[in-house]
Amino acid sequence: MQLATEMRDRLTAAFAPSRLEVIDESEDHRGHAGYREGGKTHWRIVITAPELGPMTRVARHRAIYAALGPDIIGTIHALAIDAD
Amino acid sequence: MTAKDQIKDTVTKNDVVLFMKGTKSMPQCGFSSRVAGVLNYIGVDFADVNVLADEGIRQGIKDYSDWPTIPQLYVKGEFVGGCDIITEMTLSGELDALFDAKGVSYNKDAAKKIREANG
Repeated sequence: MQLATEMRDRLTAAFAPSRLEVIDESEDHRGHAGYREGGKTHWRIVITAPELGPMTRVARHRAIYAALGPDIIGTIHALAIDAD
Repeated sequence: MTAKDQIKDTVTKNDVVLFMKGTKSMPQCGFSSRVAGVLNYIGVDFADVNVLADEGIRQGIKDYSDWPTIPQLYVKGEFVGGCDIITEMTLSGELDALFDAKGVSYNKDAAKKIREANG
């Protein structure tokens, strides 16, 4: 499974975003806690979707975590979210 | 005491609590370090809980808040957010407003300085 593709697919299905970027930033964290050889540990999501806009920050993050699902959340070390 | 009771006790007895990896004087993760750094800089008196020191708390805090990541900031018993949210709230001034509303003392000038440096 291509993790980035899977993340994109799940977020697209959940929110029909007008803007979506899924970025693997693992290399920026090489040598830090949580880094694994091969990357795919530290991610950033930039997402704009009508449903997310009016939510509180906590609700927005929770919705994104839920859309990604526990299997993905459980395998990654860090997820930065820029949402509106 | 169960992990849940322990967490409830901690967030009830302390106005501001940061569940983090490492301690406020020696953070062990960049995200925990960033939030602890903001709170230290703006002079907030907060309790730090090192989740790496207790596996029960490490899992327990995720269940308690239904939030999958560390760090987690609590103010007057309420979950406020993780690293991204605290960073955004610091820069927007929402964190100041929250501390004002909850009666938590902090250095307004230091908070302003952070915004000026990142504006």
